[in-house]
Amino acid sequence: MSRTVVVGASVAGVRTVQALRREGFGGEVILIGDEPEFPYDKPPLSKAVFAGASTLDDTRLLSAAHLDDLGLDLRLGVPASTLDVAAKLVTLADGTSIGYDQVVLATGARARPSPWGAPPGLHLLRSAAHSRALSADLSRASSIVVIGAGFIGSEVAATAVHRGLHVTMVDPLANPMARVVGDEVGELLTSVHGAHGVETRLGVGVHEVRPHGDGLVIALTDGSDVVADVAVVGIGALPNVEWLADSGLALDDGVTCDEYCRAAGQTDIFAAGDVARWWHPREARHRRVEHWTHAVEQAAVVGHNLLHPDDLRPYDPVDYVWSDQYDWRIQIAGRTSGGCVAELIGDATAGRFGALYSDHDGRFVGAMTVNWQKAMVAARRLLLATDTDIVDARAHMLAAGQRRAAVDV
Amino acid sequence: MPLVKADAGLCQGYANCVMDAGEVFDLDDEGLVVVLRPVISEDERSEVEQAVVNCPVAALALVEE
Repeated sequence: MSRTVVVGASVAGVRTVQALRREGFGGEVILIGDEPEFPYDKPPLSKAVFAGASTLDDTRLLSAAHLDDLGLDLRLGVPASTLDVAAKLVTLADGTSIGYDQVVLATGARARPSPWGAPPGLHLLRSAAHSRALSADLSRASSIVVIGAGFIGSEVAATAVHRGLHVTMVDPLANPMARVVGDEVGELLTSVHGAHGVETRLGVGVHEVRPHGDGLVIALTDGSDVVADVAVVGIGALPNVEWLADSGLALDDGVTCDEYCRAAGQTDIFAAGDVARWWHPREARHRRVEHWTHAVEQAAVVGHNLLHPDDLRPYDPVDYVWSDQYDWRIQIAGRTSGGCVAELIGDATAGRFGALYSDHDGRFVGAMTVNWQKAMVAARRLLLATDTDIVDARAHMLAAGQRRAAVDV
Repeated sequence: MPLVKADAGLCQGYANCVMDAGEVFDLDDEGLVVVLRPVISEDERSEVEQAVVNCPVAALALVEE
């Protein structure tokens, strides 16, 4: 019987298994997870779980019942340590060797470690273990510093406000999520954090973090100090490829793959999710993407391609990611950074608006919306098509985003 | 017959379902899921199954009636 091994119990790994079965794969499927617990979903860690509204058990991607339905052999608690491409073997850290006919690399990415050490009270937030450690500390905290105002930092700040904590946000850039949405939209985000009582220390870096009583002092590069009970560091993620160092696979900020998500030069080795740096046809370059929807969509393509070597599908998505902060449901699609020009539409004061992004030729390349889901659907559809003019895109989004009931004058 | 179920109470309007199966799912004015056609054909099964697993809050299900 044919055997497919999926390494990494990430959302990409789990969804690959599901896609394989959906596609009708009748062989053996083994899923290897390094953490000693059932696969779980990560987006809630900085939102509902951090808020206390959900538990980790609410975020499980699989239950024991699913294992039977999927005919899945789930191996938890021991990481894969090597891949032998010639012998078609995955070896685990405890020495167990598992042969495969096809293998999917879905080992994800880990939080970039703190460059300021790990004094008590300083946390990362990307795993269940991180989440538990942070929860334990928060029960006796009244103040928090978020270091890094990207997705994790922004969501932690918003949720911490909701939990009644005093929040300080630090980032070397001038605005939160500026790397993703640019400064025009970033300024609006800065205002929202400020309106909810977050103290923003933007445009300034962290020099060092040191223990201070039961808490921490965060010394900033402008010479000032911030004192807080806990800190959360959210400064990006690194692909988990170290275990592949001796495999001979091409590694360059992830596993280099072709447009079909096959590891470069390989036909039986695929990658999916945060760890895959695949050739993105639409953008004609290799890309690695860390978004949830990307992991799910890439897993579906990998599931198909594993079973249909003569009918391979290129993976050619439009990026999509969301972030929930305060009462803002932020949705982002396509390219919204890297020299793109933003134009605001809708009503920002009413908390229902969007931004359209264009390249320098005036082509529509990306969109961001706040509390305007229908306009975002229109944007995503346009972005899947090619070459929409920014003027047409604006008209489409405004029309699609109109309330059906709102034909009043 | 496969039957599509959506829990509008769980829905957060991420709209991946509308992108995956726009003939079956839409959003209302508040940005929450609406099932346009709960009974689907076998031809639509694959895209609806993808919509189910592509829902970030597991608000969708495909059940056999």
